[in-house]
Parts: sequence; C-alpha cells; structure tokens
Amino acid sequence: MKITIENLSFSYLGGPMICRDISFSIEPGHVIAILGPNGAGKTTLLNCIANLQLPTSGRVCIDKKDMRQIPPKEVAQAIGFVPQLIVPTFAYSVIDYVVTGCAPRLGMFQRPKQEHYEIAANALELIGISHLAQKYYNEISGGERQQASIARAIAQQPAIILMDEPTAHLDYGNQIRVLQIIQSMAQNGYGVVFTTHNPDHALSLDAAVAVMGKNCDFHYSKTNAILNKGFLRGLYGVELHVCNIPEVDRDVCIPPRI
Amino acid sequence: MMKNKTSFIRLIILLAALLVGGAMLALCVGRYSMNPFDVLRAIGSRLGLNTSTDETMETVLFVIRIPRVFAAMMVGAMLSVSGAVYQGVFRNPLVSPEFLGVTSGACVGAALAILLGLGVLQRQLFAFFFGIGAVCLTVMIPRVMRNTSNLMLVLAGMIVRGFMDSVLGVMKFIAEGTVEMSAIVFWQMGSIASIKGTDIVAISPIFLIGVVLLLCLSWRINILSFGEVEARSLGMNVPIFRGGLIVIASLLTASAVSISGTIGWIGLIMPHLGRMLAGSDHTKMLPVTALLGALFMLVVDTAARAATSLEIPLSILTGLLGAPFFAWMLFRQKASVR
Repeated sequence: MKITIENLSFSYLGGPMICRDISFSIEPGHVIAILGPNGAGKTTLLNCIANLQLPTSGRVCIDKKDMRQIPPKEVAQAIGFVPQLIVPTFAYSVIDYVVTGCAPRLGMFQRPKQEHYEIAANALELIGISHLAQKYYNEISGGERQQASIARAIAQQPAIILMDEPTAHLDYGNQIRVLQIIQSMAQNGYGVVFTTHNPDHALSLDAAVAVMGKNCDFHYSKTNAILNKGFLRGLYGVELHVCNIPEVDRDVCIPPRI
Repeated sequence: MMKNKTSFIRLIILLAALLVGGAMLALCVGRYSMNPFDVLRAIGSRLGLNTSTDETMETVLFVIRIPRVFAAMMVGAMLSVSGAVYQGVFRNPLVSPEFLGVTSGACVGAALAILLGLGVLQRQLFAFFFGIGAVCLTVMIPRVMRNTSNLMLVLAGMIVRGFMDSVLGVMKFIAEGTVEMSAIVFWQMGSIASIKGTDIVAISPIFLIGVVLLLCLSWRINILSFGEVEARSLGMNVPIFRGGLIVIASLLTASAVSISGTIGWIGLIMPHLGRMLAGSDHTKMLPVTALLGALFMLVVDTAARAATSLEIPLSILTGLLGAPFFAWMLFRQKASVR
C-alpha cells in the first residue's frame, strides 16, 4: 500500500491558499513528521490525506487510485486517523472506544462481535495498556487517552496511520512514550505520518520531514538533512541549534541559552 | 466482558418481568376493579379458549384498558428512546425531544389539524411533519450561524420552541371559547385517556420499525457521540447517519405526541437512568431505556387514572415525579457531570 499526494493545494472558499502544490508519498514502515509554525496548515494537510477535507486541486491516491473514487469505508480500511485529543460526553469503557476502530469493516447494522473485541484487545496489548480496558475513557489521563486513541487506529487495521499532534498536551514522559509507540509501529510495518511542533521529535525518530513554512513553502526531505540552523530560523523565526550528541548518538535540535 | 453481558441480560429480564407484571396490575386497577384471574379469563375467552362470564368486564378490558396500557408503554418507550438517541447524536445529555422543538412543532401541527376539523390520521400527519420541520429549523440555525457547538444547538432549540409556542398561543387565541380550544388545551397537557384501539394500530408500525431500526443502529450512535471527525475518519457517512437517526427519533416523538399530546420529562430522564443502570454503550442502554420508559409511563398513567376520581393530566404527573427524580440522579452522579 502506498499513498501518494500529487500537487495538492487547499484553500477555503474565498480564503487564502493554505497548502500549495504539495507532493510526496507515504509508504509502510516509514515515519514522516509534518513540521511548521502555527497556522501553516499542518492539520489541513493531514485532514486532506485522511479524506476529511477535499483538496481544492491536486489529489491523494491510494495505490495510484484517486481517493475520491474510493468509498469512504475502504479509505478508512487503508488509513487510520488519530485526531487531537477529545473528551467524549458519555463515559465509555476504553475497550468499547477502541472497538469502534472495527467500524470500517462492519455493515451499517452490524455490531462488533467477539472477534472484533479480540482485535481491540490485541491493539490495547500492542500499545501496552491492556489494564485500561475496563476503565472509563473520560476518566483516564491525557497520556492514556492518547494511547487508547492510537490503539483504536490500530484496531482499524490500516496500512497508514495519521496522527494530529499526538504529543500535544502530554507531559514529557508521555511525549517520549508516544514517540516510542510511533517507532515500534513503523517497525511493525505501519506507515506513520504525524504533525508536531518539536523538530527534535523528527530527529529522534530519524523520520522524513514534510515542512510547511509561511507563504505555503513546502519542503519534503527523505532524511533530516534539511533541518539546519538557517532553515529552522527561517521556519520558526528563532535561533535553534542542531548538533550531534555522542552520548545519544544522534542530532538534536535545541535552543541556545536564553 | 462476560460478566457485563450476563448482568445486562439479567437487567433486561428483570425490567421485562416488571413491565409484564406492571401491565397486568394496570389492567386490574381502576374504577371497575378486577382481579388478575378475571383478566386472564377474559383474554382467554377472546382467544376462544373458554367462555367468558362478564360482558361489562370484557368491554372495560378490551375497549378501554388494553389499548390504554399498550399506548402508555409505547408512548413511554418512544419518548425515552428518541430522547436517548438525540442525546447521543448531539453529544449533549441535556437534549431531549422538547429541547429540539419537535414537541412544540408537533403541538402546532396537531392544533392546526384540530382547528381545521381534521381526523385522527391527519392530526398525526400534521403533528409529524410540523415536528420534523421544527427539528430541521433547530438543526439549521447553528449552521447558519457557523457555530455548531452544543450550546448553540440548545439555544437554537430555545428559539424554535419559543416561536412554536407563540404560534400555538395565536391559535389558542383564535379558538378562544370554542370546542376546538378545549381540545387543544386538553391535548397539550398530555393524556391517553381517550385512546382507541385504532390509534394503537395507527402508530404501532412506526413504533416497531422505528425502535427496531434504532436498536440496530445503536452501535453507530456510540461512534457519532465521539464527534464528527472521529466518525468520518472511520469511514462513516455522518450526514446520512445523523440525518437518518434524527428523522427516526423525530418520527417516534411526533407519533407519540400525536396520540398522547405533550408529555414532558420522560425523554430527558429515562436515558439518564438507562445510562446509570446499563452504562453509556448505546447497544445496551437503548433497550434498557426503552423498557424503563415503558415502565415509567405505565406507572404514571395508571396513577393518573386510579389515584383520584379525576384524571390527572400526564404532564403534571411526569413533572411532579420527574423533576425530583432528575435531581436525585444528578446528586448520585454529581462527580461525573461536567
């Protein structure tokens, strides 16, 4: 399964261009981090790939087939989406929440059966939160909710998983935990695309980066070669250093002493 | 999970047993009281199993009480289930059929039909279409305002209800002092005293099809209650599902209202009670809520006709019982109300 984004542009009716002429592809086993300042259109791009918003021009293809010609249910079988954290109005148990990931494979009037609950339980186990299965989704912590949300996307059994700011509103430990989950998902063959405000997340995962700058500048780079001091200053408007730390054997992105 | 399932089945069996027992009791009590054996004997004679003894008893039972007991249970179940569906679809535990204006709309429709001197079937149709129209208006207002928050929806409901109630006021003003006026007022306070067997026949198809459809779609209500983005990312056609559920729930409410008039509270509190007993999962809480609604309405209607020599209008009783009941429920779950 391969998803290609071809010359995608998006603007709201009568509004300014948000994404312009974006092209790249998503493959299983690879991680792509979408970087960019506030309002650059990261979420919009992710929504277009997730079939939640229609591009103004250009297209998104699943295995060379235009997504608009594929029924939404089939798209949902190929692409899982982890939206920004929600707190549902009603108290559902975590397992009841995760099992909704099976919806794309169920008919309109069908309900999840034993096998679907097993898929959901396996997804919880993969993320390492089986102990939360019977807890209420709106009573667990933000980090646990994010993990449950990812588990739901896994229960969807897609090839590609999109995550909208999966580390937002999480404490530092939970942020790293989510990055570890992303890494192990890529190793398990999922293609993962996520938006983040922290360029170091991209560096720590050795991910490809899709950068959305001001004025609809778009850069896609297979390696992190593009993330250097000058580029990051242009992107965020502040001084940032990228340097190699031998102890952790990788490049890190940090601000200087403030 | 196995434990959940058995306790759910136990709950359903308990409620069903209470409902059957309650219905039996309701058939017995009243100004012409009979004992359960008389009731069974009379039913047996209708089915040709034995010969009956008492003509009057049979008339009271088959012309008055059985239609009334069935109507109470159906109306209760319909209002409760549609309340639960509204709350789930709109992700707002404060929404009830009244809040979205379907009841007020149906009131205007029924009053119009009464003023025009139309029959029961037309009155039902008027109540239904005006009810649906009112809900459409309520749902459209937040869209026009480009703010689809829950609060905006509740406010939109207030607008539509206020408007519909004023229209109803105008109609009552026009009808002042006529027979139609008292018919409208009586209808508005809610009663199933004058229910006929034909009314039951008229609404039971809608009741059966509507409730069965909603039970079949109940798992999808869970997904819708997580929000539009989540539902769409799971490949669901949100406008069609949401629209369909609203239409079915409004159809149920409008049909209930068309035979019973306005009966408040039940569509708001029964879903809460259902959620308290069976959890939030709509596949479980919806059937539980239906049974609870039927049981509650049966109790209230039986009290309305048997407690005093006068018929107490249903809305008065549901309010007297419902409001403190709701307060008690909120007290019980005060920690989880946000």
